[in-house]
Amino acid sequence: MPTGRRALLALALALLGAVLVAGCHRRELGGTLAKIQKRGEITWGADRQGGEPYLWLDDSGALVGFEVDVMDAVARRLGVKARMTHYNWVNLVPLLKRGDFDVVCNGLEATPDRAASILLSRPYFVYAETLAVRTGAPYKTLAELKGKKVATLDQTYALDLLKGAGVEIALYEDNQVIYDDLALGRVDAVLLDNVIADRYGCNHAGVTCLPDDVARGTYVIGIRKEDPELKTAIDAALAAMTADGELERILRKARLWDHRQTEPVPDVAGGPPPPKRYFGVVQLRRFAAAALVTLGLSVAAFLLAVPLGLVLAIGRVYGGRWLGAVARVYIELWRGTPVLLQLYLVYFGLGPYYAIGPVTAAILTLGLNYAAYEAEVYRGAILAIPRGQAEAAKALGLSPVQSLRHVIVPQALRLALPPMTNDFVSLLKDSSLVSVITVIELTKQMTISSAELQGWLIPGLACAGMYLALSVPLSELARRLERRLARDQRAHAL
Amino acid sequence: MINVRTLCKRHGARTILADVTATVAKGEIVAIVGPSGGGKSTLLRCLNHLEWFDAGLIEIAGFTLRPGPAGADPTTLSRLRTKVGMVFQQWNLFPHLTALANITLAPRVVRGVAAPVAADEARALLARVGLGDRAGAYPHELSGGQQQRVAIARALAQAPEVLLFDEPTSALDPEMTDEVVAVMRDLAAAGMTMLVVTHEMRVATELATRVWVIDRGTIVEDGPPATLVSAPQSQVARDYFGRAR
Repeated sequence: MPTGRRALLALALALLGAVLVAGCHRRELGGTLAKIQKRGEITWGADRQGGEPYLWLDDSGALVGFEVDVMDAVARRLGVKARMTHYNWVNLVPLLKRGDFDVVCNGLEATPDRAASILLSRPYFVYAETLAVRTGAPYKTLAELKGKKVATLDQTYALDLLKGAGVEIALYEDNQVIYDDLALGRVDAVLLDNVIADRYGCNHAGVTCLPDDVARGTYVIGIRKEDPELKTAIDAALAAMTADGELERILRKARLWDHRQTEPVPDVAGGPPPPKRYFGVVQLRRFAAAALVTLGLSVAAFLLAVPLGLVLAIGRVYGGRWLGAVARVYIELWRGTPVLLQLYLVYFGLGPYYAIGPVTAAILTLGLNYAAYEAEVYRGAILAIPRGQAEAAKALGLSPVQSLRHVIVPQALRLALPPMTNDFVSLLKDSSLVSVITVIELTKQMTISSAELQGWLIPGLACAGMYLALSVPLSELARRLERRLARDQRAHAL
Repeated sequence: MINVRTLCKRHGARTILADVTATVAKGEIVAIVGPSGGGKSTLLRCLNHLEWFDAGLIEIAGFTLRPGPAGADPTTLSRLRTKVGMVFQQWNLFPHLTALANITLAPRVVRGVAAPVAADEARALLARVGLGDRAGAYPHELSGGQQQRVAIARALAQAPEVLLFDEPTSALDPEMTDEVVAVMRDLAAAGMTMLVVTHEMRVATELATRVWVIDRGTIVEDGPPATLVSAPQSQVARDYFGRAR
């Protein structure tokens, strides 16, 4: 139909415009060392959520951590001050390349992927990949975990190792809860570097770390490709810090000094650079799979939200004082708090008591949350049905329940159809939040692909396209249904 | 058939019905007339317990209604309402159901009549009210007069012993009023007991066997229409029937 086609054209033009604007507004990169010296300050990107020992705010509100010490020492040797800027860890490299800060120093592992996309300084720390399993579990090596569920954080070297190990990967965004879930049995093992494992995993109740290093790697400072002179300066600073013992003092202070630091440094990043990856059939297939997850989650959650919402609405309208109050409290609680918080509480908070799986938790939380919204939609629709309808049903001898079932609810649902369509489309998009409880749906797939392809634009547009491919046909379907129902029934004129 | 004893109904401090006592025998057709706000509709709606009352007693179609919000237990109320049908001023047809489905709903749901049987009965009733060809029509596809006739058929489908009409023609133009009055005349001829709150003079004078004049919550006059028209006793009745002459 012409309106639809015109809308699509407008959308395409808008996206094209966005691409052009993004392309034209490329920042002037390169020459960063000179700029740093001129402004007397080096800015470094990091994520405060990393916590101890990397960097965190102490009780007085001061930024502390071994990476703060490393950057302060590097800056001092460059004759400038260091200033940390906080970003989400997974976005640090893309933002570095964009020019949001001068360098990245935040547990950045040297990998062939990264070496192909940015400059990496000489290492300031040697870590080991440590495999943690549930205490008493039979696994001794990564190979024995083939087909099992192994957890790690997104965009880590551990993830690269897992991808080649034939295991089912569970992606987390938080290193605190990952070992909780291992202890609860939601995953079979966790592969992370020993810095995280030693602090959060190995002394966790019910968790045992295997003694052998799965692999070793190094933490490096990330520098833009355009800044080789900055890399030279930082490498010189780090080399001097190694030579005069300052690096050892910093690492000892953070209780990170171990035998690995004096052993030969593994050359993880030295392998052949990976072939440049493009958005192709493989990515498209992953996006399609993720879209199915999004659709499945949303449909299941809505199938829970609709009947529960109806019950709540009926409770509010006809339930009298007590039932009405119960329904109202439910609605206020679920509607008045963020879905993200609810996901955390249901999955991680209730985890020690009811260790439900991530998909179940996602469906449950989204369903219970949307039930509150549906309840208010249905309540409005029920109240919009003229009083005479209930009276006529009553006068014919129908019981209150029969009247609801045959007279009120069928009419109310017709009235509620447009806002319900609205809510379902909104639910489709809200389902992206469930990535925080390790479900890989469309938006998460987008962040994964953007890391692999080292760019946000194409995966972002693909992701948007998938969402539209889900929501537009649905809106069209709802529109047709509405039109068909409107033929049966004039809008409530009486 | 109907026995109303010292019926009282209040809305806060306002008295709507004050000690109404009346009886209606089987086959009688009572036109209830009087000024607006006098309590006509309230009295009618108390008879099938769409409204409850504060004091007094109602016996109707073999059931008893007592004062208070409950009136009687739910089962009794449901059975009472199948025996006492009601037709509303605004028809109140179910807009999402066809004419046929409007009529079959209550017999199927309340009395458990099998769907095909209910549909056959509904078609017969539609034919009786002159709408045999409109079974599949939705309410919005019907005129006001046609909708009201479907509403009458819907009330008849429960096989009531009494029919209550609450201003059945007030929302209709004269032509449609004629259609509805014709159906009511047919029901009268068949011996149906009917109470009709109405401003339609023809219903009061030609159809009714008795007329109640209600004013300020009491029946101020009760008699055959001829007597009331020729020799009204009260000022209200004189005013009312004065316009008729």
